[in-house]
Amino acid sequence: MKFAIMVNEGVYQHQSTDSAYQFAKAAIEKGHEVPRIFFYHDGVYNASSLTEPPQDDRNIVSRWQKLAKEHNIDMVVCIAAALRRGIKESNLAEGFRISGLGQLVEAGIQADRLVVFGD
Amino acid sequence: MGAEMTEATGGIDFEDEEASGVVKKFMFVNRKAPYGTIYALEALEVVLISAAFDQDVSLAFLDDGVYQIIKGQHTKAIDVKNFSPTYRALEGYDIEKLYVEKESLDQRGLTEDDLLVDVQVMSSAEMAKMMSEQDIVISF
Repeated sequence: MKFAIMVNEGVYQHQSTDSAYQFAKAAIEKGHEVPRIFFYHDGVYNASSLTEPPQDDRNIVSRWQKLAKEHNIDMVVCIAAALRRGIKESNLAEGFRISGLGQLVEAGIQADRLVVFGD
Repeated sequence: MGAEMTEATGGIDFEDEEASGVVKKFMFVNRKAPYGTIYALEALEVVLISAAFDQDVSLAFLDDGVYQIIKGQHTKAIDVKNFSPTYRALEGYDIEKLYVEKESLDQRGLTEDDLLVDVQVMSSAEMAKMMSEQDIVISF
């Protein structure tokens, strides 16, 4: 099955970003596909290259990067949500791309399921 | 981001649109008050973009989300834009399926007359049925 994923909450502040990651990872391990993950609302902070968590904690940004690279996931950050929160090309972590909300609607159309992780 | 990306299509070039022709039932579920958090405003941005994709779009309002479409919103004192007139513009985007949960209205002492757009009021059981018939449900 093809799962598109939407992440709506910020890193470390909220469980939803961890749940989204664990869901994506588990789905792929079970043989499903995750063609696209769309980051919206405070979820855009998942794509900040400036994130520096303490060393004894999980690194949410690099964890996404690794998963996306290994499984060819298109990680899209909403441009309007990103710009109003200070995420732009200059501090966008590698592996993410900035685009429009149409990418979310398109992901919903093309995937078998769209799974939303938010508050 | 290239020059081809427009506000109207949200980064999609329809000429290359693989999914064109597919029509899914999209429901946007609004559960939160219009101000205090940005969920309602950003939800409305998704709704407006979805209109460009010729999908079967509906909006549901429940819990504090019913306040999003209440008449007489005045936001000057909190220095936040009053975006409620946008709900009245949805009709112009062919988004006319607006559903409101009756229990949410009742619990807040509201009636259909307090709302600024034409809606279909339904029970939570009917709302649940409506949700189960959707292809995509995005909750804000």
